[in-house]
Amino acid sequence: MTIISQVIFTVILGIFGFFIAKRVNFIRLNIALGRPQKVVGNKRQRWKNVLLIALGQKKMFKKPVPAVLHLLIYVGFVLINIEVLEIILDGVLGSHRIFASLLSDFYAPLISFFEILALGVIFSCVLFLLRRNVIQVARFQKPEMKGWASLDGNLILVIEIILMGAILSMNATDQLLQEMSNAAYPLTGSFLVSSWLMPIFDGYLPSTLVIIERTAWWFHIVGIFGFALYVTYSKHLHIFMAFPNTYFSKLTPKGAMEPMPEITSEVKMMLGIPVEGKTTPPPEGFKFGARDVSDLSRKNLMDAYTCTECGRCTAECPANLTGKKLSPRKIMMDTRDRMEEIGKGRSDAKGHDEKFLLGGFISKEEINACTSCNACVEACPVLINPLDIILQLRRYEAMEASGSPASWNAMFQNVETNAAPWKFSPQDRFNWSEELKNKK
Amino acid sequence: MDIKIPTVAALAAEGKVPEILFWVGCAGSFDERYKNVTKAFVKILNKVGVDFAVLGSEETCTGDPARRAGNDFLFQMQAMANIQVLNGYGIKTIVTACPHCFNTIKNEYPELGGNYQVVHHSTYLQQLINEGKVIQKGAEPAFKGRKITFHDSCYLGRANNIYEAPRKVLEALDAELVEMKRCKTKGLCCGAGGGQMFKDAEKGNKEINIERTEEALETQADTIAVACPFCMTMMSDGIKNKEKEGSVQVRDLAELIAESEGL
Repeated sequence: MTIISQVIFTVILGIFGFFIAKRVNFIRLNIALGRPQKVVGNKRQRWKNVLLIALGQKKMFKKPVPAVLHLLIYVGFVLINIEVLEIILDGVLGSHRIFASLLSDFYAPLISFFEILALGVIFSCVLFLLRRNVIQVARFQKPEMKGWASLDGNLILVIEIILMGAILSMNATDQLLQEMSNAAYPLTGSFLVSSWLMPIFDGYLPSTLVIIERTAWWFHIVGIFGFALYVTYSKHLHIFMAFPNTYFSKLTPKGAMEPMPEITSEVKMMLGIPVEGKTTPPPEGFKFGARDVSDLSRKNLMDAYTCTECGRCTAECPANLTGKKLSPRKIMMDTRDRMEEIGKGRSDAKGHDEKFLLGGFISKEEINACTSCNACVEACPVLINPLDIILQLRRYEAMEASGSPASWNAMFQNVETNAAPWKFSPQDRFNWSEELKNKK
Repeated sequence: MDIKIPTVAALAAEGKVPEILFWVGCAGSFDERYKNVTKAFVKILNKVGVDFAVLGSEETCTGDPARRAGNDFLFQMQAMANIQVLNGYGIKTIVTACPHCFNTIKNEYPELGGNYQVVHHSTYLQQLINEGKVIQKGAEPAFKGRKITFHDSCYLGRANNIYEAPRKVLEALDAELVEMKRCKTKGLCCGAGGGQMFKDAEKGNKEINIERTEEALETQADTIAVACPFCMTMMSDGIKNKEKEGSVQVRDLAELIAESEGL
């Protein structure tokens, strides 16, 4: 009997492992669509970012209420995984609560601690559901949050509540069976939270209790596997991506735009400045700026898979606040959707669709509305940079498509001919000095 | 006071290099309102007696607006030409009253061969105050009892993490510094960055500068201090729109210092 369940368990583990690995590879290939980037500078600072911002959630605490609720779920998730490890070992080895004998007297307090965490997770998830659906926090009600995005957010919270419910039911029935001296359920001592749930299951036949306990056990662990697979299709991927994403985020001041060395030699030649060293021509397929995800950098694409659609960026965006179409969160969602689309079409005609990120997903009206104020970048708890994508799309419009707004083209012309963005005569540039001297 | 405004070219003719180049910027040179900031800052530099010069008619746009609007060719053309001039004169330190010029020269010129120590005038003024060169301690506080709020420029604040220097300058004026609801890292943009200064806003339900002006007015301050030419324009327009020109002023840090110094 146990052998059969061990085999079934191992097969289920293998199947989920296979599909998760397949999906991870799909995402990896999608990110690899982007331009490779040299990661320069300061490993120390990069690891510090991972520790403080991803692991330590430093930037979350700008908004203390959601930060504390999120922390409860996060700590619960990380630590309850120790119990998941036990369940996996039990499943494969055919044991029951394998850590109980190893930890002896520490086992019950440990499980009790996990149960408190599980309670915290349920508490936070319920409040988060209320925030999304009853209080209707503004950043969850934006146009890009209609449909799947909103369902995704709610599903994750509901699944987490159900999984935690399963773990508590499993523990409650386990304790009842222990009290009945069922040989398969060795004594572990009482668990703090689930012992309160025991009256619910009191009065059932031992055989029924075993069925409930086993069902909760299987439901919980298969649920966890299913959730892990689901996460790879969901905005919830930030639980893993936050770590590499904070490591690879830029260390230069936010005001510094990404350089464009590919055109520097040409500019030097135009100005008659000698070009030193060997010049490398722009790589094949090089575009001035970005039209599609393949023109963006790998970090931009990693950003898109890291985004959990919390909307802190959009809530701070001055353009969005004043009713413009631009939403930094939508920039990230569009980038991910476009990658997924290209990824799905990878087997057939690659790049043969007539759609592009710019135009097909993100409109000129959106990118033109950006004030490059960096509020979105500042707001992101996991160091995503929507601004970098917007500015690369603008480069494409200006330098490849001649699609900049007319008044920008006029400004370009002024800079070229008058050396100022306004139409003033360069000779008048120093007039203020005479004004100042003559006044005194 | 006899105001001296030496040009780098004139000094070079005498074989001299100024200690500090005051980068005036296009708004500081042409914009009627911001020229006043340029003049105030030059008066302060004169009073302090620092060895400075300007490029005068040799100065050109840094290329920042072109770059933010996507035209990196034009940006690099401008930058490279400016770097040739600056390097040709052996300039080491640049002070500017424009956060956009500041950001571009400081963060984006190095990769094109322009390496200078670049200081925004808010930081420079703070240094002068710390050194006791302006606003001597014990002097009659010119702004006592007045309420000032500071509007963070994105290119100073979030872009370059300069939040304290302008506030220290205002504190030295002995005025009451009141913060807006959104300030420092959360400061709301005036609406002019990223090339918006040079085009109409996209369709929306409000202008950004009106939103920001309303926030500034909520503080009941009689002065909105700014440290950026674009913010100056946007906030001044906002105040005009709200018909508050009579009771609320929009002033640059340098103007406030110059006023308190009686310059």
